Amino acid sequence: MIVAERKPLDDIIEMLGGQGKVLAVGCGTCVAVCFAGGKKEVEMLASSLRMSTNLKGNKLEVDETSVQRQCEAEYLEVLDERVKDYDAIVSLGCGVGVQYLAERFPEKRIIPALDTKFMGGPTEAGVWEERCQGCGSCVLGITGGVCPISRCAKQLMNGPCGGSKHGHCEIDEDVPCAWQKIWESMEKLGRLDELMQVSAPKDWSTSRDGGPRRVVRDDIRTPKTEDS
Amino acid sequence: MTQSPEFEPQIVAFCCLHCAYAAADLAGGSRCGYPSSIKIVAVPCTGRVDSVHLVKTLEDGADGVMVAGCLPGRCHFQTGNLHAKQRVDHVRELLEEIGLEPERVRMVNVSAGMGVQFAENAKDMSETIAALGPNPLRVPKSQASTTDAALEGTN
Repeated sequence: MIVAERKPLDDIIEMLGGQGKVLAVGCGTCVAVCFAGGKKEVEMLASSLRMSTNLKGNKLEVDETSVQRQCEAEYLEVLDERVKDYDAIVSLGCGVGVQYLAERFPEKRIIPALDTKFMGGPTEAGVWEERCQGCGSCVLGITGGVCPISRCAKQLMNGPCGGSKHGHCEIDEDVPCAWQKIWESMEKLGRLDELMQVSAPKDWSTSRDGGPRRVVRDDIRTPKTEDS
Repeated sequence: MTQSPEFEPQIVAFCCLHCAYAAADLAGGSRCGYPSSIKIVAVPCTGRVDSVHLVKTLEDGADGVMVAGCLPGRCHFQTGNLHAKQRVDHVRELLEEIGLEPERVRMVNVSAGMGVQFAENAKDMSETIAALGPNPLRVPKSQASTTDAALEGTN
């Protein structure tokens, strides 16, 4: 899932300018699961915005709604009529959701209420950790199911480095050394010998280094007709 | 905050049916009075009380919110009261962000046999809120200091 966290309230209020009529829009997918932008979080934020601005003597009218998924245009259709009544939209979606709202409603100010953090998952209730950086060329098949790109601070392909100490990374003793985990996993799999092979430098052109990325599936695209 | 002597806090107390609600009953039955400003809402467990409930209660004009759950380790649902405490702490932080006194929200723990302690907690909460004054969100800011008008508008 995409993991996000709410921005400080004052930052959101500053972006809003403190007054007007605002629609807070949640997203029922990733950010709902990580308790950052689901229905409940929309309620909390809307209440907080109303209370905070009210206490400062400003008049900010905040209404609440949520869509199943902000990152697909079809799911935003239900907002087409509703947004006309508002001066701005506060999105509790991830960065993708915010942009989809901005593309669908170009005449409205779209304010991001969340900071999108990473792709990851919960390791315990209330704790989320990064697991994928979307490098575009997955190496998990040769690293025992542990990602050195997202979980190694140096993104090493041939680890561990000298900063690995008692299974932890030198950057933080709470961060496990990804290469230690890779070693342990490969040992369990009886594939330690494969780690003796030196991996070639990773091709980063499939990652962000190649610019914004795009996936095209011709078998799924809307067929072109004579009319189109 | 300027307030008139007539100000009587309106405090919503979310009370666990297994402990605090029974303790409040016991306090009453034992003629051990507690302030009438405490308005009790029975819940099956304080773990049912969500952060949204606490915030909305204040937004809707309550002067204070008390969450009264079982003693630590005595929750009928194991950890409901501990979750409630975490949410109360979270909301207190949020109130600071909002600009409202965090003292307006409080968690207390009592057993079903602690009627006297419930009454003491209720009294202490009521005094704390009385010292803080009315919830300024009940009325427009310009009238917030004129308590009479504030109370008139909500009662």
